Amino acid sequence: MNNQYENNNKFFSRFLINYGQELVLLASIIILFVVVSQVNHRFLGGNNLNTIFAGNAYIGVAAIGMSILIITGNIDVSVGALIGVLATICGTLAVSGYPIWVAWTAPILVGIAVNSLVGIIVAYAGIPSIVVTLGMMSILRGGLISVTGGDWITDMPEGFFLAQQDFMGIRVPLLALIFFTILMFYIMSNTTWGRSLYAIGGNPEAARTSGIDLKKGVVIAFAVHGMFVGLSTILFATQLNIIQSTVPPNLELTVITASVIGGVSIMGGTGTVIGSSLATILFAAIGSSLIFIGVSAYWLRAIMGILILCTVLADMARRRRVVT
Amino acid sequence: MRMKSIFRHETILFLVVIAALVILSIQAEQFATIDNLLNQGRFLTEVSLVALIMTFVIVTGGIDLSVGSILGLSAIVLGVAWKKLGLPLPLAILVALSVGTLAGLFNGIIITRFKVPPLIATLATLALYRGLAEGISQARSIRGYPEWFFVLGQGEFFGIPTQLWIVAFFTLLTGFILTYTTWGRATYAIGANETAARFSGIAVDKTKLFIYAASGFAASLAAIIFVSRVSTTRSDMGMGLELDAITAVVLGGTSIFGGKGTIVGTFFGLILIQILKNGLSLAGVKSDGTYIAIGLVLILTLLISNLFNRNSEG
Repeated sequence: MNNQYENNNKFFSRFLINYGQELVLLASIIILFVVVSQVNHRFLGGNNLNTIFAGNAYIGVAAIGMSILIITGNIDVSVGALIGVLATICGTLAVSGYPIWVAWTAPILVGIAVNSLVGIIVAYAGIPSIVVTLGMMSILRGGLISVTGGDWITDMPEGFFLAQQDFMGIRVPLLALIFFTILMFYIMSNTTWGRSLYAIGGNPEAARTSGIDLKKGVVIAFAVHGMFVGLSTILFATQLNIIQSTVPPNLELTVITASVIGGVSIMGGTGTVIGSSLATILFAAIGSSLIFIGVSAYWLRAIMGILILCTVLADMARRRRVVT
Repeated sequence: MRMKSIFRHETILFLVVIAALVILSIQAEQFATIDNLLNQGRFLTEVSLVALIMTFVIVTGGIDLSVGSILGLSAIVLGVAWKKLGLPLPLAILVALSVGTLAGLFNGIIITRFKVPPLIATLATLALYRGLAEGISQARSIRGYPEWFFVLGQGEFFGIPTQLWIVAFFTLLTGFILTYTTWGRATYAIGANETAARFSGIAVDKTKLFIYAASGFAASLAAIIFVSRVSTTRSDMGMGLELDAITAVVLGGTSIFGGKGTIVGTFFGLILIQILKNGLSLAGVKSDGTYIAIGLVLILTLLISNLFNRNSEG
């Protein structure tokens, strides 16, 4: 009896240690939905939820890649600029008469290529990823404006707008986010490659002595991140009927914040992609619910900032309690 | 040995600056004129003030992403305190400087007291401070400052733009503090090995608090000079400033892992970025092209510098 209780307790506390942040986020999302739907009944209307989640799913998909990178102890501040560049490539190919599948594949391939290059510089030249991607951000941003000249891309062919489509009543971006979250969660917790990512970030020396090629591991992590940036771009570029030559300001910081609030430690070695996807959904829900309960749009960012800060402090408190 | 490698990076940077100056003055006649160079100094001021203190922050192994937002918030506080609350402008300037310093101090408290990694703490306050600026101003700009106020951002003093004197003063001051004082040595010690620094009796938390508060102060001082230069206050001022400042610091050879870096390096980094921006635009390259050049210079300089350092060690 006693023994079983202890076992249960042990299981429970291990569950808390491993998935504490994910549980906090899930609880926050549920509480938020309950409270806001009491204030304004239209909030839970199916269409509204679909719009919130679908419009932000591309951030979640990019955050999956970012989480993989951060778990290996690296970071990418150029992700916003890269999404802008890839979206332009995607749209330009579509309007120049290439088949739609080419327009959709190109951002994934270019994303992998650009980030593999960054990964090679990081791994083999030993320059910290924050610095290399800072430089890359500047290059991509400048490249984007000088190529597009600030013009918007319009008149994409029929069938291009993947993100506007429904599948069994759910918008495609949300489905994509759920699919990739579950897929990557499975891969990262159950495959040798997935576990090696945690090892590289958690204790590089131990990872090296246990036979992991650190440099190759980092390059591959960057390449996989590049693939997710490409996938994110497809959702971003096909959600509206125009492709602007700009991305939302501070997009890279939004993506990094989603990963970090999702429980991915910036020191590397811990966290899951479920956390980062939940964080993306929470942010989207907070933003929308503030509008539904009638808060002035100008105060949105300040309130988001306070909430991010509270989540971070709560997470620090939880981690300290679990450790001691 | 380490001193040597630091010296080497700065030498490389110095040579790059000279090369850029020579090439650009051949390419564009208007570039190498005193008037143009002094004028460029004006544009350099805001990012310089922030980057000088950012050098301290990064040397401790930290980072401050919220400086751009603090600049925006201070600018709005300045405008609102003066126009809406009716305070005299000098008092409004003091209020803005205090708010900026407090914002920096708040960063420091989150980082030292609650042990939140600096990247995350300042990422959160980046959103918070920018949000406060937007909320307070309701996205309306404030104009109509009195004539005397523009002396700071548009005036001259002994034939040299006023703000350049301020930058020169702060460059010498921060350079002196980082190199020759106990505070400066403590900054390096914290960045090199925080635990060791703590055990050797350095007031680690106090030093960090002071540095983050100084970073907030620098951002708010930059805000006041910025407002004076462009004669208006807007809530989106200083957006992206943090990345410009960090680029300059890192280009100057400061290690992003902490423990290594100099003000001289940051100074060269700042100058190189500005002459590239200006020189290339005078030489007919579109302003977007200069971003590409800055990104390339950042990566290539570090690549070359790393290669040299590796050789000297091996």
